Amino acid sequence: MSEQRFPDAPADPQEAEREVRPPLAGPVTDVVVALAVVGLGVAALVGSLALGAGSPRTPGTGTWPLLVSIALVGLGLGLLALSGRTRDAERFTRASLHVLAGLATMIGFVAVVRVIGFEIPATLLMLVWLRFLGREPWRTSIVTSLAAVVVLYVVFVGLLAIPIPHMF
Amino acid sequence: MDLTPVVEGFGVVLEPTNLLFCLIGVVVGMLVGVLPGLGPAATIAILLPITFGLEPVTAIIMLAGIFYGAQYGGTITSVLLRLPGEASSVVTVFDGYALARQGRAGTALGIAAIGSFVGGTVSIVALSLVAPVVAGFALDFGPPEYTALALLGILLVATVSSGHRVKALVAACVGLLLATVGRDSFTGAARFTFDNLSLADGIDFVPIAMGLFGLGEILYNLEERHRRVQAPARVADVWPSRSDLRASSGAIGRGSAIGFVLGVLPGGGATIASLAAYGIEKRRAKRPERFGQGAVEGVAAPETANNAAATSSFIPLLTLGIPANATMAVIFGALLIQGVTPGPRLVDEHPDLFWGVVNSMYIGNILLLIMSIPLVGLFVRILRVRATILAPITVLITLIGVYTVGNDVFDIALVIAFGALGYLMKKLGFEPGPLVLAFVLGSLLEDSLRRSLIIFEGDATGFLTRPISGTLLAAFAVVALLPLVRAALTRRRARTPM
Repeated sequence: MSEQRFPDAPADPQEAEREVRPPLAGPVTDVVVALAVVGLGVAALVGSLALGAGSPRTPGTGTWPLLVSIALVGLGLGLLALSGRTRDAERFTRASLHVLAGLATMIGFVAVVRVIGFEIPATLLMLVWLRFLGREPWRTSIVTSLAAVVVLYVVFVGLLAIPIPHMF
Repeated sequence: MDLTPVVEGFGVVLEPTNLLFCLIGVVVGMLVGVLPGLGPAATIAILLPITFGLEPVTAIIMLAGIFYGAQYGGTITSVLLRLPGEASSVVTVFDGYALARQGRAGTALGIAAIGSFVGGTVSIVALSLVAPVVAGFALDFGPPEYTALALLGILLVATVSSGHRVKALVAACVGLLLATVGRDSFTGAARFTFDNLSLADGIDFVPIAMGLFGLGEILYNLEERHRRVQAPARVADVWPSRSDLRASSGAIGRGSAIGFVLGVLPGGGATIASLAAYGIEKRRAKRPERFGQGAVEGVAAPETANNAAATSSFIPLLTLGIPANATMAVIFGALLIQGVTPGPRLVDEHPDLFWGVVNSMYIGNILLLIMSIPLVGLFVRILRVRATILAPITVLITLIGVYTVGNDVFDIALVIAFGALGYLMKKLGFEPGPLVLAFVLGSLLEDSLRRSLIIFEGDATGFLTRPISGTLLAAFAVVALLPLVRAALTRRRARTPM
């Protein structure tokens, strides 16, 4: 939101946001992002050609993805030229490790849900998020985790009869 | 104009189930607006699985309620805590919070509620009159017109998004590529499926929307970017005085008109409408220095405009099948899930749905007006529920909810992947909105383009010789080239010695 331009804002719009933003990323991040976009575009381009590019008179399966991937490569090169000038990417800081931990709990959830059902992985996910990522007290974390999973069980398994893998 | 379907639409809304879901939508919307973090697009995305079991009309009535309810909910925290719950309420902070500091928080909220009601209602009346005309005009659209319209829509959304234009266009291209995954509708050949059976029918819209908007936003907020909320200002004298109403009546009138017009334009919508309305009031004011110090017009104008725009942004969706912004893209997805394809035929083929949804907005606006002020205290209390507790619950609802799309664990994996992508996009300055919008328009764009090329026997100039597609493509060229021309002129001016 803070990227929005507010021509009529008073002197301290940042304070109004009450948001703590990490420092801006450097030009290296910009170059890596631009190269990733070019790489994605090239991969899609190769894939599109393999599908059959067709012709304007008889467009083939790969015609449209080919056009989009050419645009993507062009835009990626444009980003490369703009490196260091866009100034809207944020630097990855220690706080970004929280995101990795959060993602890890979700990946753990999806990895085991088919085998042991959703109850135990869901409780553990809640506990990690509350106690370690949210720094809630142990008691709040345990009680909230258990209560949330019981409510989800009652709603999704009991009332809505959704066939999500479950243990009980 | 035949008023029978309009009247029957009221009959649809007044069915108890629809009334109940309208109420639920408006309350959930206000809650979402109050709580910073998840916006309406994210909430609607997360709630999509709930709509599977509902009738299409009921589902869309609820989702629409969430959308315009959120516009008002965002005001409450803007005024009381200087914490905009929604992007469209950021500008309300300036005068709303100043009024709260003067002990007039109630006045600000009251004016905002009245402005929202008037803006919303004016916009619904205009929508009822304009939408059937636009739909009638669009009935003659063929594949070339839809190609040009979809291209222009995507470009406009990318151009006015808050991030860098090139990055927004990259996001749009990624969305278009994702839409090509699965079976080619013309030849039946598999595209980019990597021999994965779960991808054979393409990527479902729900994991993309839930992942990019919902999980992506939650992961982004995990980086401790919100400070703890302070105690809110006290709310008293909610009903504005006669002089406040007189002072803000012009702003409400102008805000309604600005909001309606900007909401219809692709890429427009509530945020831009609120900024424009505020800017115009400040420029018109005899003493512009009052703005930012607690001018009631500074609350009335943006709050009226954002609700008017939220309502009118339904016009391009319901009449042309082109969503004007990210939230409309999610509602577009919800309609497709329900087996309803939005477009010019919607008014004729599903009049109950069209007029039911439009008329539900009248009821929703009345509900907003009735409930917003008495519920302020409750919403302030809800703010005390910490984001650290809400976030994991939302994550679990998302993970389990997305499973219901196809009862497939693969969808859970997909939503996590798109959550990670959404986080990375926000972190690196890419808006997820253009991606989702391009994804929902992707198959329409490709199908129309291929059909057009077959009609024109491969001669792409055919697009330019048809009046509507030619005009739309000319507009496309202007929108695409304008920033380049402007940048060149600025560079030239900078080089010219004064």
